[in-house]
Amino acid sequence: MSATSDALLPVAGTYRTGSRAWRKLRTNKSALFGFTIVTFFIVLALLAPILPIDDPAATSWSAVRKAPSLDHLMGTDEIGRDIFSRMIWGARASLIAGVISVVMAVSIGVPFGLVAGYFGGWIDQGISRITDALLAMPFLILAVALAAFLGPSLTNAMIAIGLSAMPIFIRLTRGQVLSVKTDDYVEGARAIGLTDLAIILRYILPNVFAPVLVQATLTIATAIILEAALSFLGLGQQPPAPSWGSMLNVAKNFLTQAPWMAWWPGAAIFLVVLGFNLLGDGLRDALDPRET
Amino acid sequence: MLSYIVRRLAIAVPTLILVSIFVFTLQKLLPGDPALVMAGEDRDPAAIAFIREKYHLNEPILIQYAYWMKAVLQGDMGISLRTNQPVLGLIGDKLPVTIQLALMAIVIAFVIGVPAGILSAVKKGTMIDYVANIVALSGLSVPNFWLGIMLILLVSVNLGWLPASGYESPFVDPLRSLKTMIMPAFVLGTSLAATLMRHTRSAMLGVMKADYVRTARAKGVRELAVIIKHAFRNALLPIVTLSALLFGELLGGAVLTEQIFTIPGFGKLIVDAVFTRDYAVVQGVVLCAAAGVILINLVADVLYFLVNPRIRSTL
Repeated sequence: MSATSDALLPVAGTYRTGSRAWRKLRTNKSALFGFTIVTFFIVLALLAPILPIDDPAATSWSAVRKAPSLDHLMGTDEIGRDIFSRMIWGARASLIAGVISVVMAVSIGVPFGLVAGYFGGWIDQGISRITDALLAMPFLILAVALAAFLGPSLTNAMIAIGLSAMPIFIRLTRGQVLSVKTDDYVEGARAIGLTDLAIILRYILPNVFAPVLVQATLTIATAIILEAALSFLGLGQQPPAPSWGSMLNVAKNFLTQAPWMAWWPGAAIFLVVLGFNLLGDGLRDALDPRET
Repeated sequence: MLSYIVRRLAIAVPTLILVSIFVFTLQKLLPGDPALVMAGEDRDPAAIAFIREKYHLNEPILIQYAYWMKAVLQGDMGISLRTNQPVLGLIGDKLPVTIQLALMAIVIAFVIGVPAGILSAVKKGTMIDYVANIVALSGLSVPNFWLGIMLILLVSVNLGWLPASGYESPFVDPLRSLKTMIMPAFVLGTSLAATLMRHTRSAMLGVMKADYVRTARAKGVRELAVIIKHAFRNALLPIVTLSALLFGELLGGAVLTEQIFTIPGFGKLIVDAVFTRDYAVVQGVVLCAAAGVILINLVADVLYFLVNPRIRSTL
């Protein structure tokens, strides 16, 4: 985007509100708390290979189902693996699944929403009906069915979650486009003869950015729970690779003998999801133009 | 009036057709020859030929869909590979269990979520509001399958108050049915309660600013009566409509809840079907769930239209 073309027409609001939104976000304590939690888990997941922790796959028959101690901070599981190290490695599966499935949902959903909202007519009708149909299938039931037909694996779980989350972004983007399509600066851009593609990219897309960012952050939270749910059902990450959901699946069989096996993975899912939810809520408040 | 319902139906029907196309396409995702997969372990050539013939696998895909759709419309969703029962009958057997669970969850969600939302809106900006919001956000963030496991650990394993699993029909032994279902219903209702609380709060905040609320206050109506009679009654409509939209979420949540508490419902049916590669059942469950969601949304829309004179007059 060149500086001269920018000067010709007023630019959609999002860029200018950027610094104000950032200021607002920084003063929002709960959003900062959410940001801290999320960052903590991302750093942990990134550092997993170099942290001085046990091999998450190393079994030990002399340390089966040991309660938390100094040797094993979170105890050991049913075949003597260190739960602390499996928790750290499990963060990778959760975060990767959450982020990638949402990136997938956004990168398919937003273009469809842009096209539906901008062009209207039968294109909009078609895309909207498909969106309705996808939304009518309950999130988890659709994801379970997709995982069933595609076969159980972390990759397929991500595809299933991404596809189930996609219609939310189509609908959100479409609504946003409809609300700015008739604004003066878009009319102006059309009047000076810009192509549809240029108008969409330069004047419509920036308006879609803020709500999509908020929704994406909140959807990562849902996607992480969904990945854990699919892994819990045995349809996500496959053993022996560690994932919080599959750890819970095993843990439920040892509730009386080794309850600690169930404590940690659930607490971790809860914290990460809470983090993304707090951050998403904070972003929404910060980016909402009505609350100045 | 009638034209609204007709128009609304005109949207619901193509949506249902698209859902059916999607559900039909699911079986095409199966890697390899579907006849081989459906024939199971013993790859008897006669069985494979029979399946090809039965499901019209040698015909073009559009014809296959037409055959499948025709059967579905006649109530034939295929036969379960595992139990040899018709899929529709199997779903019919399991559905009442899930409906009982869902209804109990909705009651629990309303009992917790609505008063909390009202209180939080009335006491906006106070400690109560703050705590209620934190609890609601936690309710949205907690994975309900973990909550279920933790409750089993506390209530069943440590305290021994309630059974950890099992199911009893309310028509056979109501007390036992309540005992086995109360914990799963609570688990399923938590996130719903949290969502309801947030929506009740924002709907209440909206109506509390309205002129008629100010007028009622000015007339000297007691504050409690203002909140319940004047504000809440007007906020209730969007809240009820919203709960219809949450029906799908409830069905999805039931998949996990039923799995944890071993409740023989709709959700457990699809999970069991996935693991026994009972694809006809998986398709049937998705199709029925989606049809249910579309129907409930349709009913909610029409009801909303009927009880809201403002919308009626704009059409």
